[in-house]
Amino acid sequence: MTTVAALREAAEPATGRTTVRRRSVSQPLLYAALLMCALLTLLPFVWVLGGSLRSLDEIRSDPGAWLPHHVTLGNFTRLFRTQGFGRFLVNSVVVAAMVVVGNVVAASAAGYALAKLEFAGRRLAFGAVMAALMVPFTTVFVPQFVITVDLGLADSLTGIALPAMALPLSVFIMRQYALSIPDELLEAARIDGAGEFRIFFRIFLPLAGPAVATITIMSFLTSWNNFIWPLVVAQSMQSYTLPVGLAATSQAAAHVTDYGLLLAGAIVVMLPVLVLFLFLQRYFVQGVAGTGMR
Amino acid sequence: MRARRTAVGWLFLAPFAVVFLLYTAVPTVAALGFSLTDLRGSDLRHPLAVDFTGLENYVRLFQDDAFVRDILNTALFVAVGVPLTMGIGFALALALNSGVRRLRGAFRTVFFAPVVTNVVAVALIWQYAFHADGTVNRVLSAVGLAGPNWLDDPHLAMPVVIALGVWRNFGTAMVLFLAGLQAIPRDVYEAAALDGAGRWRQLRHITLPLLLPTTLMVSVLLTVFYLQVFDEPYLLTDGGPLGSTESVALYTYHQFGVGELGVSSAASFVMLALVALVSVVQFRLLRPRS
Repeated sequence: MTTVAALREAAEPATGRTTVRRRSVSQPLLYAALLMCALLTLLPFVWVLGGSLRSLDEIRSDPGAWLPHHVTLGNFTRLFRTQGFGRFLVNSVVVAAMVVVGNVVAASAAGYALAKLEFAGRRLAFGAVMAALMVPFTTVFVPQFVITVDLGLADSLTGIALPAMALPLSVFIMRQYALSIPDELLEAARIDGAGEFRIFFRIFLPLAGPAVATITIMSFLTSWNNFIWPLVVAQSMQSYTLPVGLAATSQAAAHVTDYGLLLAGAIVVMLPVLVLFLFLQRYFVQGVAGTGMR
Repeated sequence: MRARRTAVGWLFLAPFAVVFLLYTAVPTVAALGFSLTDLRGSDLRHPLAVDFTGLENYVRLFQDDAFVRDILNTALFVAVGVPLTMGIGFALALALNSGVRRLRGAFRTVFFAPVVTNVVAVALIWQYAFHADGTVNRVLSAVGLAGPNWLDDPHLAMPVVIALGVWRNFGTAMVLFLAGLQAIPRDVYEAAALDGAGRWRQLRHITLPLLLPTTLMVSVLLTVFYLQVFDEPYLLTDGGPLGSTESVALYTYHQFGVGELGVSSAASFVMLALVALVSVVQFRLLRPRS
């Protein structure tokens, strides 16, 4: 859902055109309503940030308060010193890196072939991509787990990353983008005697920057936020990713109500993606506007 | 020449094809196979001990009150969650598209932020907000109301679970509706205004009819997504209290957890059938246009 939404977000022009001028009486009301909604949306973020910066004693004496009296980074220190979040962070980064590289490689090649090469079985392959987009995770995770165990990849970062390393959505994005590149360009190179791989690397890939950027961002997001699959595969803290680590810490801490620690954990999990989202929104837009998806 | 072209094409497809075969095609077929056997977690090392049991798992599923209850829970999540998500998303899209010029981008960013936010972190926040002495009850007590223990109440837990689902997804609906609204040509409104149509009439007779394809697409997208709801109930309540928030996906996971792989697979195929049904409807509705 995230990815589809982001696609649409991107497909939308950065500066929307304004519609017919309306009576201005309702304008202040509208702004007030929108501001209210925005505040409600942001409330959880403010609350979690405030809570993560409060000391354990302060939270115990006044659990529902919003802002810290004394700002402390003690929760974050404890998170990394005693709760293994350093390890989880590294794991999340490693898995995300594998997933991003895998998607860029697999989707560039497959998307290009599906859009620009004529060969037997192409329609079948495209049908497989579309079918894979539809299969619910719940249906396949049990056999996926059995396969992962059989491959000796249970409780390993590779086992967590592998299924997400060639997402059908990435292939779809690259195919749509490749369709927009004129055939003449590739044909000219073919007449000059260039081989298919040379054409792919020298002509297509340099032009595919926007699609590669989109796939990078999308697959990073998918990997970073993925929860169920890492939960199934990771069996020891050695291979926990951040969301799994946070969920485990949350279950363990539920009895001692160590809110500060958990809220700090939530910040560590949320922040990288939110920062990325704030700064790369434009790249989402540019990237997918080029794929012609609407 | 033809054979060569085919070889080259499949070479390009190979990395994707391998992962697809290993993690989508084979597992789908295997899950169907599992669902027709009495496979248990302990059998994985001795596959020959597994017996073919036909449709027994499916029969058992529908005799299991818990599974029937979970189908109803999931239906409730869809029936309440989809209209709510769409309503909020549509209202915000309309406001951003027609009323607001300043801060438009900022509003869009804020409303879309929940979509990219990690669900484990958000669920944690939600848990504490709806805790017996959490933020929500503090606000309630400020106006003189005694707040309940939301997530421990079989009647109140589901609304909280649905609320989290809606909070996470209304940004998606908003962005889809915005794209749909921007595709409506401006002169249609101008012509209507010249004919003396007010804002409500424009909304009813122009915006809503022209937005129908978008509305259908959003509703199907959300329905397919909400049918598979797992994260919200798993993280907030683990299906409780008294199974009041257990979804079909969560049932599948719980059966997997106790080693009933055959039953788990059968339940997941019931869900696949539901998702496929909705997807087929989606293609039917959307094909003629594109």
